[in-house]
Amino acid sequence: MSALSDERKPISGGVHVAQRHDSGHKHVAGTAEYIDDIVEPAGTLHAYLGLSTCANGAITAMDLDAVRAAPGVVGVLTAADVPGVNDISPNHKDDEPILAEGRSVFNGQPLFAVVAETREAARRAAHLAKVEYAEEPFDVDVAAARASGGRVVTEGMTMRRGDVPGALASARHRVKGSMTIGGQDHFYLEGQIAMATPGEDDEVTVYSSTQHPSEIQHMVGHALGVPSNAVNVIVRRMGGGFGGKETQGNIFACVAAIAAKAFGRTVKIRPDRDDDMIATGKRHDFVVDYEVGFDDAGRISAVDAVYAARCGYSADLSGPVTDRALFHADNAYYYPNVHLKSEPLRTNTVSNTAFRGFGGPQGMVGCERWIEDIAYTLGMDPLDVRKANFYGETGRDVTPYYQTVEDNIVGRVVEELEASSDYRKRREEIVASNRTSTVLKRGIALTPVKFGISFTMTAFNQAGALVHIYKDGSVHLNHGGTEMGQGVYVKVAQVLADEFQIDLSKVKITATTTGKVPNTSATAASSGSDLNGMAAANAAGQIKERLVKFAAEKYGVPEDAVVFEPNCVLVGNQRIDWAEFINQAYLGRVQLSAAGFYKTPDIHWDRAAGKGKPFFYFAYGAACSEVVVDTLTGEYMVERVDILHDVGKSLNPAIDIGQIEGGFIQGMGWLTTEELWWDDKGQLRTHAPSTYKIPLASDVPKVFNVRLAEWSVNKAPTIRRSKAVGEPPFMLAISVLEALSMAAASVADYRIPPRMDAPATPERVLMTIERLKRAAAGQ
Amino acid sequence: MTVRDAIRFYLNDRLVELSDVAPDRTLLDFLRLDRVLRGTKEGCAEGDCGACTVLVGRLGADGTLAYEGVNACIRFVGSLDGTHVVTVEHLRGADGGLHPVQQAMVDYHGSQCGFCTPGIVMSLYGLWLETPTPSVAEIERALQGNLCRCTGYAPIVRAAQAVSNYGAVVEDALNRERAEITARLEALRDGQRVVVSSARGDLIVPASVDDLASVLEERPEATIVAGATDVGLWVTKFMREIAPVVFIGQLTALQNIDVGSDAITFGAGVSYSQAFKVIAEHVPQLQELWERIGGAQVRNMGTLGGNIANGSPIGDTPPPLIALGATIVLRKGDARREIKLEDFFIAYGKQDRAPGEFVESIRVPRPGADEMFAAYKVTKRRDEDITATLGAFRVRVVEGIVAEVVIAYGGMAGTPMRAKAVEAALVGRPWTMGSIEAVLPVFGEDFTPLTDWRASAEYRMLAGRNLLRRFFLETSGEPGMRIIRHEVA
Repeated sequence: MSALSDERKPISGGVHVAQRHDSGHKHVAGTAEYIDDIVEPAGTLHAYLGLSTCANGAITAMDLDAVRAAPGVVGVLTAADVPGVNDISPNHKDDEPILAEGRSVFNGQPLFAVVAETREAARRAAHLAKVEYAEEPFDVDVAAARASGGRVVTEGMTMRRGDVPGALASARHRVKGSMTIGGQDHFYLEGQIAMATPGEDDEVTVYSSTQHPSEIQHMVGHALGVPSNAVNVIVRRMGGGFGGKETQGNIFACVAAIAAKAFGRTVKIRPDRDDDMIATGKRHDFVVDYEVGFDDAGRISAVDAVYAARCGYSADLSGPVTDRALFHADNAYYYPNVHLKSEPLRTNTVSNTAFRGFGGPQGMVGCERWIEDIAYTLGMDPLDVRKANFYGETGRDVTPYYQTVEDNIVGRVVEELEASSDYRKRREEIVASNRTSTVLKRGIALTPVKFGISFTMTAFNQAGALVHIYKDGSVHLNHGGTEMGQGVYVKVAQVLADEFQIDLSKVKITATTTGKVPNTSATAASSGSDLNGMAAANAAGQIKERLVKFAAEKYGVPEDAVVFEPNCVLVGNQRIDWAEFINQAYLGRVQLSAAGFYKTPDIHWDRAAGKGKPFFYFAYGAACSEVVVDTLTGEYMVERVDILHDVGKSLNPAIDIGQIEGGFIQGMGWLTTEELWWDDKGQLRTHAPSTYKIPLASDVPKVFNVRLAEWSVNKAPTIRRSKAVGEPPFMLAISVLEALSMAAASVADYRIPPRMDAPATPERVLMTIERLKRAAAGQ
Repeated sequence: MTVRDAIRFYLNDRLVELSDVAPDRTLLDFLRLDRVLRGTKEGCAEGDCGACTVLVGRLGADGTLAYEGVNACIRFVGSLDGTHVVTVEHLRGADGGLHPVQQAMVDYHGSQCGFCTPGIVMSLYGLWLETPTPSVAEIERALQGNLCRCTGYAPIVRAAQAVSNYGAVVEDALNRERAEITARLEALRDGQRVVVSSARGDLIVPASVDDLASVLEERPEATIVAGATDVGLWVTKFMREIAPVVFIGQLTALQNIDVGSDAITFGAGVSYSQAFKVIAEHVPQLQELWERIGGAQVRNMGTLGGNIANGSPIGDTPPPLIALGATIVLRKGDARREIKLEDFFIAYGKQDRAPGEFVESIRVPRPGADEMFAAYKVTKRRDEDITATLGAFRVRVVEGIVAEVVIAYGGMAGTPMRAKAVEAALVGRPWTMGSIEAVLPVFGEDFTPLTDWRASAEYRMLAGRNLLRRFFLETSGEPGMRIIRHEVA
């Protein structure tokens, strides 16, 4: 116990401070353990998937004799060997077999799994299968799916308000167009992987690289035909997720678990990168058909748009993904009359899935396309069109889904960035230089982002945490959030440190485990820190309440005289060191453990009606990008990017800046060099980094200024008034696509809407330029 | 000659001797599975992501020890004889804690998910050993072979610029122990041929170039592996059987560069990195292209001879070398023949190389003072990408008239190929934009490119032709022709 003094050194590692990633020192040393790094138990077997080579057709023969006879092979599993239900559909539609039964519905579909003494033996054996198909016609993209009648994988959604036909008919101007938006592979550096160890009775322990341990638990139980309480799933960290490990880890976890139970040994499964990219889902490609009415000032009176998506062969998460495209088809703009419709189309391709933004980016890219069309039609600066349509005062503040935008700060964010990036002056200079420069053309664009935060499936907006204080004062933290690099572990630990007013070093972060916190939601929708931070704070609150009551009784002081101060507790007029205080509480038989819980208040959504308040709040941001384009080849470079982004009152500015920089570059990759290409056999041919090009260090903007809107405080009562940051910055990269469009438009003196589709590869840029040149020449 | 039956190399601080290693065992599997050193990661198993980057120290032709970043995933263990392999587990700071590169990465928030991080650390370590205070351009070049999906690279570049604030490069262990390691590696050079037999076939490390010639006469079916940047994928992606394998990367006698007054002669085993300095000084027109071949790790491993001998239609060096009139020397036993490089490429997958024959050297005439020369590579992504189309142009103009022109392309046909119809159409014309425009349609006589995932036929033809426009404009002194990422220092 120490005497009172006025100055207390604040704790290290509380909230609102830049704190290093909790595993940073292990990442750099190679000691951070990923699943493939775990030293395998003796006798570990390895599984490998055999993939189909037929895009659509009945499997007429599957001869696996050579596979079984191959050196090192222990056994082969087919659909018939699944002891429970052969389905890993996350929405219980029973449309996603673990291993194909009777039919192959995409080129690359897993047909069987070989289990062998080594991974190499299993992989070599998998290639010895002789499979025959009765090949049928197949649909690889949106156009083909529509031509075959437009079958959907799940019901689409409609949002509707006002009189769209009437408003379009009476509009001073109308534009009508179509945009193709490509998909994206997650390219997490650590590929999919699972390792399962059989336990007693029906038990199994599964290490899975997953964003959704509870789903893995559920799916493994389903596949094995055992209850969830027999399955324990552990994930300490992933080597990247980005949505690609929300449902796509299911097959690997299930195969490992089935094999582990079948052979009574630990089984690990890790596909080669190419097989990972071929056999797991990606961001949805979209075709957006739109018609927009507007006035001379560029103000929109009506929007009518259909968002059609390549969903692949099954529903997976395509329903909510295509929903979220519609939720962001307004970006930050008010549409007086609006009709939005989604078409989640079935195609003979891998089933597309979650990816950072979850359809939102595609919704927003479509929206920014018609903004651009309006600007080029009227000869306006696109930024002025954007500003003319921002959500505003009452009467212009209701979204197409009838949620009122109550926390709108887009105007301030954009104006500050417009000034700090010197947008207007630079744009004038660029227009002037484009007049004289023959080969190189420049473009600049400033685009906003408004992104809704919450799972639109309201039930998912809940979280749990488990907090123990041991009698030496050290704290054990566990929650449902999974760590994929985004820093949710350190952020939630900071919250806990702040709650207890102890140094962050006293908080031990532990692996996410279904045995500790049950029924968790995926770490997705940017919600990890929001939900789990609140749950951890709730757990801390319960323990603190007990501690206060205990101290007040023990020391005979009122409860409000017990105060948690940095690394100690003030009880009346004496300060007690934290560890000492905790030991006293232990001796006083205080329960030093609590399960915390949180559910997001005040949200609801009626999908059938297209009405409700699906989002707890919005996150905002804006980016200004400048590019230079070579009109001989379409090659380009991003010269400068300025970003101003809103994370509310940041829990950890260093982590948040990292999410913004990284999200922007990933979004830039999506819209520029990352191209998925299928051949005429329906086979994906861009399935490795040699053929699928994500950004490199030398693609980063030469000047890259990223700032937080430090004045922003979340109006909604989130954890410490912070805002989610995982997804929103991804869409800041739309400014790069728009800048490339401007550079291309310069060859037609900006008189023709450039309509550059995505991704804007050098080829697409050059072809757009050629088209605009021909159009300008009247050809 | 005596024959040794084990591969010997140093792994961090230990001598490793392997007498039963398979010819297709990769260094990455050796590290992760055999030695349970799991700091080095597998991201792609094709040398494109850099998560498996380790340093390999080897003695050059002049006996100096140089450490280079390589991709352990496509590097065969058999190619490591006489080297020093350094993995992330070997890194230490002066105080035994984190190494300066590692501490800078932590402090600048250079890792998020952390999976690419050991590879990035090793690439930055390799850079820092050579260039303690690198420019942004040098950092970007060093990271061309490392993918990070989380950070957007900005914090990594910041960390790379700050490393020297955390320690002096002279204090680094590999520098302090340089003399000792050099001596140890010299001691491993016993002048013996190495033959290791295993259940998966034989691996052979010839003792000298003459021994290589003998080995290939004995085993003409052998796969010759220099840098393994292509053959590595035969194993990791296509699971092809490659035994017996003859490793030639350690033959320093194949790594000579002879700079003559009218030509430069490269040994076939010269890596892109080893050639870089000479290229930058003597054929500066190829510097940018050279810096865009693969990533740093691939340039450290891949060789000029390999780029030619594997016959790819999209290799980066054949078009410019053909445009310069290069010749190659092929050797079989003691017999040598010299042929024009362009004649080596017969058809897709077919080259003028007999069984048991190998490319020994490449002679590259220097562009004359009265000649204009350039080569342009067009790719989807600027760096570490495979060519969509690559054009190389050499023109001599006399009194305003095209007297001589050689144009060669990659990516436009089944082999690297000259645009002979375009050349013929251009010779004798005035060197003007009008002449260029007039001959552009002739490209259709020379080439019928394919459509694939890298580019459509239409784009290849359009961009390919436009490269001739670019060549004319640039050599005519038009300013503002090219996108410049960083001004050349």
